[in-house]
Amino acid sequence: MTLALFALLVALGSFAAGLLGALTGLGGGIVVVPMLTLLFGVNLRYAIGASLVSVIATSSGAAAAYVREGYTNVRVGIFLEVATTTGALIGAALAGLIPTSALAVLFGLVLLYTAWRSFQPKEEHITQHSHPLATKLRLDGSYPVGGRMQRYCVQKVPLGFAVMGLAGVLSALLGIGSGVVKVLAMDRAMQLPFKVSTTTSNFMIGVTAAASAGVYLHRGYIEPTLAFPVMLGVLAGALLGARILTKANTLWLRRLFTAVVVVLAVEMLYKGLTGGL
Amino acid sequence: MTDHRDVKRGRWSDHQVEQVIGRLLQVGVLIATAVVVVGAAGVLLQHGATPVSFHDFAGESSPWRTLGAVASGALHGEFPAIVQLGLVLLIATPVARVALTLGAFAAQKDRLYVLLTAVVLALLLYGLIWGRA
Repeated sequence: MTLALFALLVALGSFAAGLLGALTGLGGGIVVVPMLTLLFGVNLRYAIGASLVSVIATSSGAAAAYVREGYTNVRVGIFLEVATTTGALIGAALAGLIPTSALAVLFGLVLLYTAWRSFQPKEEHITQHSHPLATKLRLDGSYPVGGRMQRYCVQKVPLGFAVMGLAGVLSALLGIGSGVVKVLAMDRAMQLPFKVSTTTSNFMIGVTAAASAGVYLHRGYIEPTLAFPVMLGVLAGALLGARILTKANTLWLRRLFTAVVVVLAVEMLYKGLTGGL
Repeated sequence: MTDHRDVKRGRWSDHQVEQVIGRLLQVGVLIATAVVVVGAAGVLLQHGATPVSFHDFAGESSPWRTLGAVASGALHGEFPAIVQLGLVLLIATPVARVALTLGAFAAQKDRLYVLLTAVVLALLLYGLIWGRA
């Protein structure tokens, strides 16, 4: 295939991934690596490098808006970034040691988990008392609800910190934002309001991905001729998705995206287990 | 995380910090994307008809693996290096955000968060500059 045709097809696929990722709130990064490896026969390491770059672009673009609207808890973000960047550097060190087939199996499992999570009901708890560490670290905050500021307290800080470290490892190993794991830590463990946990997760994704992307740059995982159609495609798709979000039927799209994720998960597991990647 | 005492003291309020962080991220992504687009157009014009495959990993022999090589290649007008420069600027955007946050916490005399932010910044620079993990 010529470079021009390859770039066009990869850009179109990445555009679709970015669009669906933004519309469903699941993020496009999770399907970029399987798409590149399974559909376009791209080496897993190049795919991870290109995906990480696109993750930085979309998360930074979205974080720019959320931070200014006052939803993001910057202190929680910075505190947990200590865990995610440490995890990301550990993951980047492990990436060179783990065989491709094992990474494919891990990827399949994370995809299945994402699909399962996308249909779990979301419960919101606003708690009135804080974890002692939350008080010490001044993590409690407030966010705008219907024109006034609603206060919230932060729970289970050590558990949230530990899960964030895992999210960092996964982000580096698989080239994903691992927003699903980040939201899990902040929603379920630390009990942040949903709007705060999703925007703060997004705020941290760029920093987490930058930690491993820096290492991968030196290892040659970031191939410019592959990364540009991926990055530009995902970014354009995510921007359009954010724009039309209010008009879209998200339940139907969520089902479609989940079906795509499950198919990719099965394929990644199969290739991983049979050594075909 | 708004602390009104800071506003009264004439320091940066959390709200102001949030506005500046948001603007920095926006501008960073915009500049990086513009550089990538310029490099990509050049790569496509020059090598668009060349057959490609990314099936086998040959990253160890890629010339665009260090910040110095990327910068000098881009200065010499090599299009893949210009794309890579855009990607490096993109990776640097969250790093710049952390550096800015560090400055803001320092201006607020918030020692604990200066320390935490400095740790994050050191880890990021370690990966980006030395490329070790």
